[in-house]
Amino acid sequence: MSIEVKNVSKHFGSFTALAGVSLKVESGRLTALLGPSGSGKTTLLRIIAGLEFPDASDDRAAGRVLFHGEDVSDVPVGRRGVGFVFQHYALFRHMTVAQNIAFGLTVRPRSERPNAKVIAGRVEELLQLMQLGGLGGRLPDQLSGGQRQRVALARALAVQPKVLLLDEPFGALDAQVRKDLRRWLRSLHEKIHVTTVFVTHDQEEALELADEVVVMNHAKIEQSGAPQTVYDRPASPFVIEFLGNVNRMAALAGKPNATGKDVLYVRPHDVDIQRGQAGEHSLLARVLHVFSAGSYGRISLQRTDNGEAFEAEIARDRLLDLDLQQGEVVSVLFRHVRLFPKGQLYEADVTNGQLSETAPGYRPAHGSGEHI
Amino acid sequence: MSLLRPQRSALPGFGLSLGITVAYLSLIVLLPLSAVFVKAAGFSPVEFWQAVTSPRVLASYRLTFGASFLAALANVPAGVILAWVLIRYDFPGRRIVDALVDLPFALPTAVAGIALTAIYAKNGWLGQWLEPAGFKVAYTWIGVWVALTFVGLPFVVRTVQPVLEELEPELEEAAATLGATRGQTFWRVMFPALRPAIITGFALAFARAVGEYGSVVFISGNMPLKTEITPLLIITKLEQYDYRGATALAVVLLVGSFTLLLLIQLFQRRTRGARA
Repeated sequence: MSIEVKNVSKHFGSFTALAGVSLKVESGRLTALLGPSGSGKTTLLRIIAGLEFPDASDDRAAGRVLFHGEDVSDVPVGRRGVGFVFQHYALFRHMTVAQNIAFGLTVRPRSERPNAKVIAGRVEELLQLMQLGGLGGRLPDQLSGGQRQRVALARALAVQPKVLLLDEPFGALDAQVRKDLRRWLRSLHEKIHVTTVFVTHDQEEALELADEVVVMNHAKIEQSGAPQTVYDRPASPFVIEFLGNVNRMAALAGKPNATGKDVLYVRPHDVDIQRGQAGEHSLLARVLHVFSAGSYGRISLQRTDNGEAFEAEIARDRLLDLDLQQGEVVSVLFRHVRLFPKGQLYEADVTNGQLSETAPGYRPAHGSGEHI
Repeated sequence: MSLLRPQRSALPGFGLSLGITVAYLSLIVLLPLSAVFVKAAGFSPVEFWQAVTSPRVLASYRLTFGASFLAALANVPAGVILAWVLIRYDFPGRRIVDALVDLPFALPTAVAGIALTAIYAKNGWLGQWLEPAGFKVAYTWIGVWVALTFVGLPFVVRTVQPVLEELEPELEEAAATLGATRGQTFWRVMFPALRPAIITGFALAFARAVGEYGSVVFISGNMPLKTEITPLLIITKLEQYDYRGATALAVVLLVGSFTLLLLIQLFQRRTRGARA
């Protein structure tokens, strides 16, 4: 079941939650709505679910939600066939796990309701699928956070929704549980293939879990695409800053490109450190601190020309070879930099001392506010 | 762990707070109440039995406990809806309505009684329409019920309100996404969570109504065997210097109220136990 959102706007008083957002989610995909808090991602999810309604518009085609080409904008939430999982689970505390999961089936009108045996079978099946076997008789209060989240998921799946929507599904969990549950959700998705949209503010979560990442900021979609695409080809300064670590610094004339005062972005892993003088494409920096406890070495540096601090990440064996000392001045090479003059992506690579630039417009960047 | 010497705790104060509790309860509640029992003990058992079971007295128990029960019962749905509206919706004048709820607490009950009588009497605002229609409120048990409903309403609203405030709207939304109707959402999701508060509110409203005097005596007409409440009988006996008779009735009222409140508590405990 594909989802299409057409030109949806939503205001809460004077606050703009969504400003003319359009989105298409292909059938069977796992899509992440990624953005900082207040970017409108949860509102968009709630509008897809039917828990919130778009602002009325004069344009009849605006503010519509379509499931598989069918306009469901006026279909009430209970009939849309969505499964919704809330950040804080919203489990019914006075009901057992099994009763929670069965809820969606037991509230059906008598004529559509499966008999008790079928419901019990379905609950058991879901308990197994969610790795909650044997916990059907517990109350939600007797479960861990991760277990509760899986009960909430099972409850949403029990009614066989056409679309599964998750609002910050791992937001309230410990780091380790989050990681496990993330992997588990990915494998669950491989099994059941329900079109799934989840909201998150955690870029790592979005990049690792989703087939498609929709980056939102200030009530608009900044960029959407495969995780690799949004990470490697960010369409705007916002996207590059939001996705992964990045050093942001003033680009200086002559180094390593000549676009003037614009802001330059370089990922820490694109920074190479060498001993010796500054070359044509490198600059000098002072080593402030070396962190080597981790899978790679992290070095904080300070440019000697303008005092800006930045970070580099290099392999551990490379770090051992270099044997950097605090306070030492080294030569730094930015292997890959990005600039966004006039809203366009401009990239430059340095390989084997050769500079290759990509002119603006050469790689068509998805401008901000565009959809997929 | 003995009652008075709990395990060492990082938050001390059990002994002190229990001491204050016992002293305060004794001084304010138990001492006056035991005076009632001591006074009533001046009767021989037979005299006591006769004093508390005369037909006029029995009729007053029926009215007092019956009308109190019905009044508390009526306040449950009304109070829940009121609390719901105050919590879930924002409308102009919401704060005024919120403040109005407490008015029966603050108003001298005699004022309420006079006001209610003025409205429901034969020539009152509502009475002049109701009585020709054959529906007599003032000077009947219905009038008593109206007055008791009036004084009991805030108890239900104020006990349900904070619990309702704590119930996340997400619960209702979750039920809605699963296809539940509004009615199913209320009865299966909201009501079980509100039930303890509702029962407490009911118990408080009931207890208040049993002891109510001021607002009732004006509207009831105080006809013996018909519209005479037990607290009024007590006053009547006091005015006739029949102190022992008055305290005997007070003992029955006390024991009756206490038993009912205790039963409600036990019921509460049992329903909560069934959940865990």
